[in-house]
Amino acid sequence: MHLVYPATLAVLLFCVGLYGVLARRNAILVLMSVELMLNAVNLNLVAFDVWLRDSLHAGQALTLFTIAIAAAEIGIGLAIVLLVYRNRGSSDIDRLRDLREGTGPPQDGSGPGSADEKSLAPATDNAAGSGSDQGTSAGRQHA
Amino acid sequence: MTLTASHPGFLSPAGVEIVFVLVGLVTLGAALVTVTTRQLVHAALWLVAALGGVAVEYLLLTAEFIAWVQVLIYVGSVVVLLLFGLMLTRAPIGRSPDADSGNRWVALAVAVAAAATLLTVVIDAFRSTWIDVEESVAGSSKVTGTALFRHWVLPFEALSVLLLAALVGAIVLSRRHGQKGSDR
Amino acid sequence: MSTTTLAVLVPLLPFLGAVAGLLLGRTAPGFARPLAVLPTLAATALAITVAARQGGDEPLRAATELTPTGNAALPVQLALHLDGFAVLVAVLVGVVASCVQLYSTGYLREDPRYPSYAALVSLFTAAMFLVVYSDDLIVLLVGWEIMGICSYFLVGHYWETPAARAASLKAFLVTKLGDVPFLIGILALASDAGTFRISTITTRLTSSLSGFELQHPTLVALLLLAGVAGKSAQFPLHSWLPDAMAGPTPVSALIHAATMVAAGVYFVARLLPVFTASTAALAVLAVLAAVTMTGSALAALAQDDIKRVLAYSTVSQLAYMAAALAVADRGAAVFHLLTHGAFKALLFLGAGVAIHAAGTNSLTAMARTGGIAKRAPDAYWTLTVALLALAAIPPFAGFFSKEAVLGAAEHAALGDAHGVPVGVGWIVLIAGLVTALLTAAYAARLWLLAGGDPRPRGAEAGTDADAAGPDAVASDAVAPDPAGGAQAGPGAAGHSAPTPAVMTAVLWLLALPSLALGLAFPVLPDWFDGEDLGPTLATSVLATGVALVGALLTFAAWRHTSAFAAARPPTGTGSDTGSDPGPLLLGPLHRHAAAGFHLDAVYAALVVRPVAASARLVRFLDREVVDAYVRGAGAGPRLLGAAVRRAQTGNVQTYLSALLAGSLVLGVIAVIAATGTGGA
Repeated sequence: MHLVYPATLAVLLFCVGLYGVLARRNAILVLMSVELMLNAVNLNLVAFDVWLRDSLHAGQALTLFTIAIAAAEIGIGLAIVLLVYRNRGSSDIDRLRDLREGTGPPQDGSGPGSADEKSLAPATDNAAGSGSDQGTSAGRQHA
Repeated sequence: MTLTASHPGFLSPAGVEIVFVLVGLVTLGAALVTVTTRQLVHAALWLVAALGGVAVEYLLLTAEFIAWVQVLIYVGSVVVLLLFGLMLTRAPIGRSPDADSGNRWVALAVAVAAAATLLTVVIDAFRSTWIDVEESVAGSSKVTGTALFRHWVLPFEALSVLLLAALVGAIVLSRRHGQKGSDR
Repeated sequence: MSTTTLAVLVPLLPFLGAVAGLLLGRTAPGFARPLAVLPTLAATALAITVAARQGGDEPLRAATELTPTGNAALPVQLALHLDGFAVLVAVLVGVVASCVQLYSTGYLREDPRYPSYAALVSLFTAAMFLVVYSDDLIVLLVGWEIMGICSYFLVGHYWETPAARAASLKAFLVTKLGDVPFLIGILALASDAGTFRISTITTRLTSSLSGFELQHPTLVALLLLAGVAGKSAQFPLHSWLPDAMAGPTPVSALIHAATMVAAGVYFVARLLPVFTASTAALAVLAVLAAVTMTGSALAALAQDDIKRVLAYSTVSQLAYMAAALAVADRGAAVFHLLTHGAFKALLFLGAGVAIHAAGTNSLTAMARTGGIAKRAPDAYWTLTVALLALAAIPPFAGFFSKEAVLGAAEHAALGDAHGVPVGVGWIVLIAGLVTALLTAAYAARLWLLAGGDPRPRGAEAGTDADAAGPDAVASDAVAPDPAGGAQAGPGAAGHSAPTPAVMTAVLWLLALPSLALGLAFPVLPDWFDGEDLGPTLATSVLATGVALVGALLTFAAWRHTSAFAAARPPTGTGSDTGSDPGPLLLGPLHRHAAAGFHLDAVYAALVVRPVAASARLVRFLDREVVDAYVRGAGAGPRLLGAAVRRAQTGNVQTYLSALLAGSLVLGVIAVIAATGTGGA
């Protein structure tokens, strides 16, 4: 089998994942795209391992490690996303912009409990109050 | 080592190659839908298809053990985790109009440019490289296990510690604040 | 002690006195007076001893290497050269400086800055001694420049007044304007002659055996002349000297009589062979001297401020010395330098007392309020002696020295002098005779106005005293002497404070040489080059007659104007010239002469305005052009910063996009560079 096939597939998968990371709004979808990119790398590793007939099978071992690390990453990542969602009421990446350069009083950055919650808090039924509580405290920490 | 003059041409593909390309197309299509669909849950399901396609490609590359690990961990656990995450963040069921951020055109440009560059380089470099998949199975469980536990034991154990740490970290992060206050 | 050791001590003592005075002046003001007077007196005594021991014999020379220069053949040496000129001029310097120091103890007895003043006068004296004794051009230049800076400080002693500040700056800048070519000239001379030693240069130039000649005698001589003109206040660099009257009167006496202005003439006298080597330089010197002596004598006739009259008179008399040098008779020049130093110091110190007594600088006001004859009789009589000496009336000192100059000019004019063009002789002779007339005229005017009998207008004395104030202010650009004004504050109101005894004593001390120094003419040739300094009959008769004519003319004019002024009630305006005979004598020329022939205006138009304009241009360039870059250097990054800040959206995806795009570009470049396909 030509090495070009798996290599090309890996490249295309990687770039699709890249597009996903850069274009998706939901943090969980971004995590999915990251998984795609990791898989592209894994595919490359396996293909080159098979091609080179490495006696140590470094490629395959590394693939296994990558899979394990990806699993760990997805666990931690999801935990972070959940925490952010709980604090901010949103898991949209392009709305988490507290670190932007602000001129004058920020419109919606410093008050995550004000503007964001006005739109999002009604969608949450049981975490609305806690969300507002933690939102203000987190906002204070950020400030 | 495979740059022999008698290497098989592209115009007379072997059966395994045809299968690889077909599965690859399916995988790519599934991945594309994953990153473009407006329905978040569908994206997770399409991700299953894409990851499964990759697993099949592993099989075609005679890396059996990796393929099964891929199926077990990715399709079995990661996607399930993602689905749980979607549910816990109250992702809307059905089409959401704002699944893509305003950055999508920039992202498209970067991705296409990256793809073009990488494809050029990769195709240029490996145009005539040939993998002999019929010769022996490169990634049977036996071979992989031998390599893993003979040469890669220490990293393997270190990785287990990493996994443990990630587990603990995830629990700590996702735990609700303050048992004492109980949020209310 | 050997004569050399004594000679070394002469400049050293005032220098040490100056250092001690500057160090102790603030902490121990009680020591200021002894520290000022005693070293100067001791140095004077030593200078007299040196002069007596040297006695006009062969020059004494001593040298020790001070510092090497880049050229091993041109070391700077701490060299002494004691010939007749040096020792006699040193005696003059010492005597005048001692008199000035003694006089200052009285004149500035209430001045809070007296210690620094006295120390600077001592330093000035030390520098002049150094110039006089030094045989090395560089060491001489050091003393020369120390005098320049000291004159700056001393002229600006009353720095509270703008006139003094302006005058000190002007004195410094104008003399420095001459000093730059002077320095170049010294270096050119030294590189031509191969040594800095004055005596070596002159010996080589004068001995006919060596056949040594300068390569560029005219250039060197003219460059040196520029410095001399600046220091000795010759046309066209003389304009600082009348303005320097803003300093205290003793400083004027010191600068004018013995030290600074004399240094230029003395320098030319020392290096006369260099100047005689170039006929062009002699001609230039003669023309400059002739223009200076007649022009400044005319200006002196028109001045209202007594000190400015004396200042222009100094310029004129210095031109006499320069003229003597132009006809290559340095004996006559130094002779006139000595007598002039004596009577000019007396004139200034006496004028200081007169100003003190009258409470004003203005001659017109003095004439109106009454002569100083009654208020300060000592000053009156000594001034009379000094003015007679100045007017060259026999047998006063000025007569003999001026006759020596005119005699030398006559020699040259008749072609008897070796190496001097006949034309130069005639220029000097004619200008000297004209100046003799003018000198007598302004001396007579000064005497008549300052010391003459008060006009019979006693009833109007009160109004006159009132008019004196605005008159003094409006009379000329020179502000009234603040010390004189402060001390003579009561004087303006009608009576004056008594003159300190020490000042009077100094006046009479200086009157002696003014009276009798001229009689030394038979002895002096032993000290000088041996040429006869005695008066010749033709020039004596001519010059004395001319002087008498001038004095009589002035007297007649004074009679006329004072009668006219008595008949007319005083208008009280600044244009009221009272009994001043100057306008009548000078006619339409008076206005220009009073303004120093508008030389300052010419300088303002030629130098000051272009410099000010270019300064404005530079300021404009600095503020608008250079600063624009500086501001741009600030504003550019600010704008860039604002632009970059705008990029900080907080959106991680944007950042990541930029990051990946950048790394992509880098990757492409790396690939192209590695494959080498992009290079073509």
